[in-house]
Amino acid sequence: MNNEAPLSLHVPEPSSRPGDKPDFSHISVPAAGTVPKPDIDCAPASIRELAYDMVRVLDDNGVAIGEWVPEVDDYFLLKGLTVMLKTRLFDERMFMSQRQGKTSIYVQCRGEEAVACAQRMALSQGDMCFPSYRQQGLLIAQDFPMVDMINQIYSNSKDKLGGRSLPFFYSERDYGFFSISGNLGTQFMQAVGWAMGSAIKGDTKVASGWIGDGSTAESDFHSALVFASTYKPPVILNVVNNQWAISTFQGIASGESANFACRGHGFNIPSIRVDGNDFLAVYSVSKWAIDRARRNLGPTLIEWVTYRAAAHTTSDDPTKYRPADEADYWPLGDPIERLKTHLIGKGIWDEAQHEALTKALKAEVKAAAKEAETYGTLGKGAVPAVSEMFNHVYKEMPAHLRKQRQEAGV
Amino acid sequence: MSEKIISQNVSRKNMIEAIRDALDVTMERDDNVIVFGEDVGYFGGVFRATEGLQAKYGKSRCFDAPISELGIIGAAVGMGAYGLRPVPEIQFADYILPAYDQIASEAARLRYRSSGEFTAPMTIRTPTGGGIYGGQTHSQSPEALFTHVAGLKTVIPSNPYDAKGLLIASIEDDDPVIFLEPKRLYNGPFDGHHDRPVTPWSEHAASEVPDGHYTVPLGKAAITSEGSDVTILAYGTMVHVAQCAAEETGIDAEVIDLRTLLPLDEETIEKSVKKTGRCIVVHEATKTSGFGAELMAVVQELCLYSLEAPIIRITGWDTPYPHAQEWEYFPGPARVGDALRKVMGE
Repeated sequence: MNNEAPLSLHVPEPSSRPGDKPDFSHISVPAAGTVPKPDIDCAPASIRELAYDMVRVLDDNGVAIGEWVPEVDDYFLLKGLTVMLKTRLFDERMFMSQRQGKTSIYVQCRGEEAVACAQRMALSQGDMCFPSYRQQGLLIAQDFPMVDMINQIYSNSKDKLGGRSLPFFYSERDYGFFSISGNLGTQFMQAVGWAMGSAIKGDTKVASGWIGDGSTAESDFHSALVFASTYKPPVILNVVNNQWAISTFQGIASGESANFACRGHGFNIPSIRVDGNDFLAVYSVSKWAIDRARRNLGPTLIEWVTYRAAAHTTSDDPTKYRPADEADYWPLGDPIERLKTHLIGKGIWDEAQHEALTKALKAEVKAAAKEAETYGTLGKGAVPAVSEMFNHVYKEMPAHLRKQRQEAGV
Repeated sequence: MSEKIISQNVSRKNMIEAIRDALDVTMERDDNVIVFGEDVGYFGGVFRATEGLQAKYGKSRCFDAPISELGIIGAAVGMGAYGLRPVPEIQFADYILPAYDQIASEAARLRYRSSGEFTAPMTIRTPTGGGIYGGQTHSQSPEALFTHVAGLKTVIPSNPYDAKGLLIASIEDDDPVIFLEPKRLYNGPFDGHHDRPVTPWSEHAASEVPDGHYTVPLGKAAITSEGSDVTILAYGTMVHVAQCAAEETGIDAEVIDLRTLLPLDEETIEKSVKKTGRCIVVHEATKTSGFGAELMAVVQELCLYSLEAPIIRITGWDTPYPHAQEWEYFPGPARVGDALRKVMGE
C-alpha cells in the first residue's frame, strides 16, 4: 500500500498576466554603487557574490557612484546617448516600414539598447561579436551606414546578401559583426571557437558571444561554458536577460530557480550580474571583461538584466501574454532616459538639446530609409536577381546546381 | 587511379596510416590546419589516426576536446570564421547527431547567408559503417543526412591511396566536407567474408601511397574494374564487397567507386550505365530515403532508355543496426551476387 501523496509537476508562471497589475517584486534592485570592483586577475571564486548581486552605477537620480564608475569623458557619454537614441529611432522607423509592407519581419531592441551600444564602445577594432538578433546597436554604435542596414532589411537590389537572408540578419565582418543565424544559441559556441582561434594564432583579438535568457536552455550554452572554461580563450559571454522569450517568461528557462550569471560558477568562470539598463554599468563591466580577455585571463560570463519593452518581433502581440503596461513597472527604468538624466545632472545636456538631437536623428533615419526605398523594397521595385538564390552555396558552383539554375531559367 | 604521381616515393600504408599521413602533410604545409576531437590529442585517437601529431605540432594544433560533438563542430565553425582550417574528428559517425545543427544549419549555410564574408572551411573526419560488431552505436552509415544538405560536400574513400588524396583535397577545399572513413577498411580491404582470415592492405595495390603531397579531386568517381554487362554503384566498404561478388558470380560487372557522394560524378555513372544497360546500387545504410534512392533517380533520369532491367538496390535493412545479427544485416557478397544474377535475368 502506497501512502505517499501523488506527485505533481511544477510549471512556472510569471508574476503577472494580461489584466493583472505588473509585479516585479521578485527582482531585488540593490542601491547603485554598492558592488565592489575586483582586480581583473582576481580568482573567480573570490567574486562569487557578483553573480547574485547587481552592478549598478547610476542611481535613481542619475548620479554615477561607486567603484564601477568608468573613466570616460563627456564626449563619450554624449556619443553613448546618441547611438542608443539612434538605435531606437531606427527601430521605430523599421517597425513602421514592416507595417507598410516594405519588409516581411522586424525585431526592435527597445528597452535594451544599452547592452549592445555600450559594449561595442568598449570593444576594439578587430574584435568579433557573435550577436543573436537583437543587437543592432553593435552596428549603429560604430556609425555603420544605416542605408546599408535598410537595404538588407528591404531585400532590395542593393542588399549585400543578395536577398538570401531574412531581414536584419546582417553580416559585417569589417565591423566585427558575425553573420546572424537565427538558429538560437549556435553563435554562442562559435564565439568561443573564434576566440580559441585568436589564442591558437597568438593574436590579440577578443570575441563576444550573445545569447538570450530563453536560449540559455539550448545545449550550445552549456557547451560554450565547457569549452570556455576548458581552454580559457578570450571571450565575453553575454546573457541578455530581457525577461521574455516570445511569450515565455525567463522562469521557463529555469530563471526562477537560479539567475543566469550564477551558472558560470560551476565552471569557475568569473560571472557578473549587471543592471543592463545602466549605460555606465554596461560599459564598465564590459571593459573589465574585455581587459581580462585581452590579458589572456580567459572568459567572463555576464548577465545583463534588462527588459524587452517591445514585442518579440513584428509577428507577435505581447498584450496576449503579459500586461500591456508591464514596461512602465520595470524597476530598472529605460536606458536612454537614465543616461539622459545623468547628462543633464552633469550639466552637459538639457531637454532642448535632447529634443533637437531626436529631431536630427529622426531626419537622418528617414533620409536613409528614403534612400533605401529608391533601391527597392521587398518584392517591389528593384529586387535582387533571382539567380542570386544559387550563389554562395559553395565557393564554386557545382555542376548539379548549374543545371538547376538553368532549369529555373535564370 | 589516373591521378597517381609517379615521381614521388611510394610506401605501403594501411588506411589509418594513409589518413594520418594526410593530416601530417597538411599540418606541415599550413599552420592554419588544426586537428581536435575526443581522445585525438595525447592518445592519438581511438583508431590512432592522429597518433604523434600533438607531439610533432604542439598542443595548440592538435588537442583533446570535451565530449560535446555540438561544441566540437561549433568551435570549428568559429575557428573557420576566424581564418583557420579545422579538421575536427567525431569519434564515431553514430555520435554526430548532437552536432547536426552546427553542421547543417551553420557550417553548411555560413557562406550563403554572409555572401561569402564568413566561411567554415572544415573537414569533419568520422568513422562510418559496420562490420565490427559495433551494434546500434558504432555501425551506422549516416551519409544521406549530409548529402541532403545544401552547402556540404560528402566524401567516402575505399582505400589508402584515395583516403590520403581525398583527405588532403578535402582539407584544402574551402567548403565544409564530411569525410566518412569506413572503419572496417582501416586495416584491410574487407570483402564481406567475415568468416575468412583478414586480408591486410599490404596485399592490395591501392596501399601504395606516395609520400608527401598529392590530391585525389573531389567529385570524381573511380572505375575500380571495367566490365560490360552491369554497372555496380558503390562506395566505402561496399566497393570491395561488390568487387568480390562480381568475381564470385563471374558476371562482367563494372564497379564504380563513387568516392565523393556530393558533388556526384554523374558523368561517369551515365557513361557506364549507358554502356552496360544494367545497374545495381549497393550501400550499408538503411534502404528507405538512403543515398541509393538518389542514385537510382539519377540513373533513371540520365539512362532510362538504355536500361534493359530494373535497377536493384542492395542495402542494410530498414532497422536499427543490430548486434548479434551483424552479418544478416550487413549486405555481403551473397546478397550482392544474387542481385547481379537477378539483374542479368539468370
